[in-house]
Amino acid sequence: MSDALKIYVSRDATALALGADATAQAIAAEAARRGVAIELVRNGSRGMFWVEPLVEVATPAGRVAYGPVSATDVAALFDAGFGNGAAHALKLGLTEEIPYFKKQERLTFARVGLADPLSVADYVAHGGYAGLENALAMSGADIVAAVTESGLRGRGGAAFPTGIKWKTVLGVESAQKYIVCNADEGDSGTFSDRMLMEGDPLSLVEGMTIAGVAVGATQGYIYLRSEYPHAHRALKAAIANAYAAGWLGADVHGSGKRFDLEVRLGAGAYICGEETSLLDSLEGKRGQVRFKPPLPAIKGLFGQPTVINNVISLASVPIILAKGAAFYRDYGVGRSRGSLPIQLAGNLKHPGLVEKAFGVTLRELLYDYGGGSYSGRPIRAVQVGGPLGAYMPESQFNTVLDYEAFAAVGAMLGHGGVVAFDDSVDMLDQARYAMEFCAVESCGKCTPCRIGSTRGVEVIDRIRSGIERDKNLAVLNDLCNTMRFGSLCALGGLTPDPVVSALKHFSEDFAVRA
Amino acid sequence: MAAQPLPLNPPRRRVAADPAAGLEPAIAAAVKAALDAHRDLPGALMPILHAVQDVLGYVPADAVPWIASDLNLTRAEVHGVISFYHHFRTHPPGRQVVQICRAEACQALGARALEAHAKQSLGIDFHETTADGAITLEAVYCLGNCGCGPSVLIGTDELHARVTPDAFDALMRKAREATA
Repeated sequence: MSDALKIYVSRDATALALGADATAQAIAAEAARRGVAIELVRNGSRGMFWVEPLVEVATPAGRVAYGPVSATDVAALFDAGFGNGAAHALKLGLTEEIPYFKKQERLTFARVGLADPLSVADYVAHGGYAGLENALAMSGADIVAAVTESGLRGRGGAAFPTGIKWKTVLGVESAQKYIVCNADEGDSGTFSDRMLMEGDPLSLVEGMTIAGVAVGATQGYIYLRSEYPHAHRALKAAIANAYAAGWLGADVHGSGKRFDLEVRLGAGAYICGEETSLLDSLEGKRGQVRFKPPLPAIKGLFGQPTVINNVISLASVPIILAKGAAFYRDYGVGRSRGSLPIQLAGNLKHPGLVEKAFGVTLRELLYDYGGGSYSGRPIRAVQVGGPLGAYMPESQFNTVLDYEAFAAVGAMLGHGGVVAFDDSVDMLDQARYAMEFCAVESCGKCTPCRIGSTRGVEVIDRIRSGIERDKNLAVLNDLCNTMRFGSLCALGGLTPDPVVSALKHFSEDFAVRA
Repeated sequence: MAAQPLPLNPPRRRVAADPAAGLEPAIAAAVKAALDAHRDLPGALMPILHAVQDVLGYVPADAVPWIASDLNLTRAEVHGVISFYHHFRTHPPGRQVVQICRAEACQALGARALEAHAKQSLGIDFHETTADGAITLEAVYCLGNCGCGPSVLIGTDELHARVTPDAFDALMRKAREATA
């Protein structure tokens, strides 16, 4: 098969939603009809969704991309001789020379899209498991020190230094410790966890194994949201393959160290992305937020010391251990070190995944990468950091992607999701939705969140109807204060952010309506 | 003098000796398979509920006492978990479950209009099933397809991107034909 034409079509959920399976089937059928030998690889997505389904062919000069390729385009591509990278209206050139891709700094996503995501051999061929091999020769304290020195902060949104969490768990004596991956990526506008789990699941497996070796934990759980069926299949297959190749189990790569890993499914509860709710859910309970302290690092899953980190945090660990803390730390600005896989979502012409070192501006992301709005209308508001993130007006588009810079303008970088809205958006609707979402997803444990969110919807409805508008605006501000300072966790505590920012920057939408 | 400990109430078992007695055979088989496969896992309840719903499409109320007694939980605890999570349902769904994303990234691309259209064209609200039993409509808060909304998930894993009202109607016709 060495002469076979190597063709790549993504298996990423967004690519599938845009028709990648039909395209792949058409390629296989057309090749068979013409007697052309092909090797069809279903890879992760390169992250350029506007050209999905993307078809890549391996040529001596590198991989050449065509897209978006629908099933009906396939015969014409064969006619044009796309196997040699021939010209065609859908030809995009060498994949890695496409500016959107070329200008990125892909550290965590370095392998996504390169090869078969489920193959351990492909993973190792592309530099995988180099980090774990190094880690197995180090002491736990040295591994933790490397992660600390890298400056890696929790990519789930809270941005807490990963190394500090690990150090706490390492320092607690216990017969059983756990590594838990928070893969409950519920924030709208975010999909980097999903893309990584579908496109390079073994990097997460490796990162969790390194964490286990570092702190002395022998059992890992990936808590995956049930809305991600494709990621679920990819993770299960990748874990099975890692076991078969000796990278998981009683004797990880001949080290004599044990690490077992299992995927558990959530059941459609946004709150389970909060780490203590997640732990209760993993224990088989209602996903209610726990009081802290005790910290999960000391008393976490089943009461044992537990490292709980986001997918991207854990999947960034292998490159840190492979290339050294300094390599990773040299990217970024201020206290935000390394890179962030940014997700361009909502009303953008060029949506997708852009991994950049911290320091890029929101404006560059929206226009240089995102290409402006999908609808062609002006971008009016941007919500960064999920449903609990503030709405940012055009005057804040020069904000630099950096945890502290976002906090300074009253916004939140969170998990790096960027959702753009054009000028047809009604910001009162968006503020109301923030409260409604909180009411739907509140775990119910604390009153400001459980009751406040429902009252918030009612107050905004009264403002819309022009009922005692000024008084109700005062009530809304007061309610937001109560939720912000009186809630137990970030759901109730941050729901006011999109509401208050909408009021502050888009007050015209809260005016009395004709 | 130390206080005498109160006598503990003897455990009350409401489940008959044969926990499957009186259950429909399909329900009994699904519950037994789920318990046998998962009861020894730490935190077994969620995997068991998933396994039951994967087979039956819902978690029947009749299954709760058996699951509770098998895991040494109260029925209230099991019911509390089922009712907490949006994913678990207590009644059989239609032949096809259709989930429309309501979250912000899809809103930015027209999800509010799609939601209104879907409810109107199917004649049902969220969490309801069409009169012919073909389609159950559910809201979902993010499917991770945020670059190419509005997003719709049909069944367990058939994801659709950039779903316009017309495209939605075509998908519903196909779903009805596929399950008729």
